[in-house]
Amino acid sequence: MFGRGKPLPGYDPKTGAGGTSDFLTTRLDKMVAWARSNSLWPLPFATACCGIEFMSVVSSHYDLSRFGAEVVRFSPRQADLLIVAGTVTDKMAPVLRKIYEEMPEPKWVISMGVCASSGGFYRAYHVTQGIDEIIPVDVYVPGCPPTPEELMYGIFELQRKIQSGELSRDRRSAKLAAESPA
Amino acid sequence: MSTVAAPPLSAPAERIRGVLSAAPFSDRVEVRDLDLPTLEVAPSDWPAVARFLRDDPGCRYDLFLDLAGVDNLKRQGQKTRFEAVVHLHSLPRNEHVRVKVLLPDGSPPALPSARDVWPAADWFEREAFDLYGFDFPGHPNLRRILCHDAFVGHALRKDYAPGQRWFAAEEDMKMPAWSQETETRAGHFETQTLSIGPSHPATHGIIHLVARIDGERITRAETQIGYLHRCFEKMAETHTWNGVIPYADRLNYVSAMINGVGYVKAVERMLGVEIPERGVLARTILSEFSRIMDHCVNIGANLVDIGALTNFWYLYQPRETIYGLLEACCGARLTVSYVRVGGLAIDVPEDFVPRCRSLLDSIPKFLSDVDRLVTNNRIARNRLQGTGVVSKEQAIAWGLTGPMLRASGVPYDVRRARPYDFYDRFDWDVPISTEGDNFARYLVRMEEMRQSLSIIRQALEIFPAKGPVNSDDWHVVLPPKDAVYHDMESLIYHFKLVMEGIRVPRGERYDWIEGANGELGFYAISEGGGGPYRLKVRPPCFPMMAAFEKIIIGGTLSDAIATLGTLNIIAGELDR
Repeated sequence: MFGRGKPLPGYDPKTGAGGTSDFLTTRLDKMVAWARSNSLWPLPFATACCGIEFMSVVSSHYDLSRFGAEVVRFSPRQADLLIVAGTVTDKMAPVLRKIYEEMPEPKWVISMGVCASSGGFYRAYHVTQGIDEIIPVDVYVPGCPPTPEELMYGIFELQRKIQSGELSRDRRSAKLAAESPA
Repeated sequence: MSTVAAPPLSAPAERIRGVLSAAPFSDRVEVRDLDLPTLEVAPSDWPAVARFLRDDPGCRYDLFLDLAGVDNLKRQGQKTRFEAVVHLHSLPRNEHVRVKVLLPDGSPPALPSARDVWPAADWFEREAFDLYGFDFPGHPNLRRILCHDAFVGHALRKDYAPGQRWFAAEEDMKMPAWSQETETRAGHFETQTLSIGPSHPATHGIIHLVARIDGERITRAETQIGYLHRCFEKMAETHTWNGVIPYADRLNYVSAMINGVGYVKAVERMLGVEIPERGVLARTILSEFSRIMDHCVNIGANLVDIGALTNFWYLYQPRETIYGLLEACCGARLTVSYVRVGGLAIDVPEDFVPRCRSLLDSIPKFLSDVDRLVTNNRIARNRLQGTGVVSKEQAIAWGLTGPMLRASGVPYDVRRARPYDFYDRFDWDVPISTEGDNFARYLVRMEEMRQSLSIIRQALEIFPAKGPVNSDDWHVVLPPKDAVYHDMESLIYHFKLVMEGIRVPRGERYDWIEGANGELGFYAISEGGGGPYRLKVRPPCFPMMAAFEKIIIGGTLSDAIATLGTLNIIAGELDR
């Protein structure tokens, strides 16, 4: 049915109407960004209260799988989205750094809740004052803990970022470092 | 010069003094009458006193609850700078007692370990070493437990700045010394050391388990905690009494309401404030709903760990419906911060009772669904029955409380043993089991949820339709906004409360309630300021986690995962 020189069924070249939707044209990078943004595989680095709200987001009531981010992986090798949910202490910080480094590129980071974003109200001797002390962050979600809707909005923002072709924070800084004269 | 006669002791303190008079150290132990009978001993007498308190038929203090360090640097009229404050409970006598070991100035302040009297003391002593720098001669594994190993100084001492951090690198994550050595046995292949966590899906929050395995059997294990040590006690010392409530809610964040109630109860008893019936019942109803939420998450997560994901979705749904109720009450879902000293932040919504009733109608269906899916499910039974067994004697020695203790056959529930609020008015049962295995703990939790529903049902029947939820003592509770705007006196009360906080009279108090996973105690010391001088939490899951490495010895690795699930470890409360 398909072949060189054969018209597609029902396609009117004058009006452009009709035809089947068997193919569409796009740019490869757009296509890849679209696919990536709708199949995020999150690694929940759930340490505290925010982890319980993350459970809400993935369970039946809020059901994150509607947005293509349902395949929760606990192995950093199989994930491309690190969701840091909860307080990170100085004792945990090297672990977080290591897990981030183990994730394959491309990778993104969502900092869920104020503790991960800034230390929150734990201005204390054992609490990392924001995970951006140790790893780059793409989207910060405020709240203590954020409601499930807020986290979902954070994921949409990340999807928008990915689709628009923005580089993740980590690769952008790597690129800048490579370009800058030593 | 005339001497003032000491006021007469209360009956429990007088009784203890009588019992102690037979002991060889009786003239060196001072009995004081605070909120609990309090013994003051010197470190050299502590081992003998400890044995006496545990073994004497007039004492039988068999349950070790808590060891809190106290730094008296900025306190007036104390005998020594440091003291170690131990709280004990006697199951046969149903009594609490407090022992203060007064530590003479030394470098470091030291007291003998009580680990061989109460094995539960093990981790509490490590914690006092970590945060106060106390030395415990005789303790075999005295190293930091909450702070990381590159930490310098002792964080809860009064001369330690609250915000002083220390950098920890990856090489500062120390493994136990035994795990570094290879072990070979004759005619046997080499055993392996496995490090599980701190970030692992089955570790529920962040816990690091180092296990030596011989084939699939665990021969030695050690758990490392502290990965979520976010300095609750230091933060409490820098806030006002009401300002601590959000921190308290984030201890056991799965049932936040219960923590808040437990904390404010201690403060209210220090103040002598009475709460109107409507306020008390609203707290009770929401606490029992929180208990149901906690058990739901615990059972659901445990089943996920052993491969039954579907149940989690079933068990999470009632939680979402209860969130709806909490949100209607205070606007927050998880960490509610709804209680205040002297009552509640705001009144319950108008449709509170019908909302609760509709929850009472919907939750039993979810529970019976899970019952049908799990209780007679052969896989679940094979995984849970006969694994993670804790005998009655072990449970007591290890200081376990809550559903774990009750699943081992000890009917100790604070709501029954020392009824607070209106728990003595309700008709309910304390479910126990004698098996002590993982399945028993599952069954006890399922039944506890049904009992909680029954308590809520009875509380709703006597819930007053109208009336205040807060005390009308304006020294404690903010006056109504309307009065603040139109009445000078109320404005002054409002100003003083907001700017200075509640003035809690000088003194100390240990108060305890039944948390979702055991006895939740708050030991508060006030120096008369607007905030606590010292606030120690007795976290129920701390002794459970300490017992974990003993429970799993001899079992397989997969059973250890199932066991960890039924302990109900909440990292926020474990590490504080």
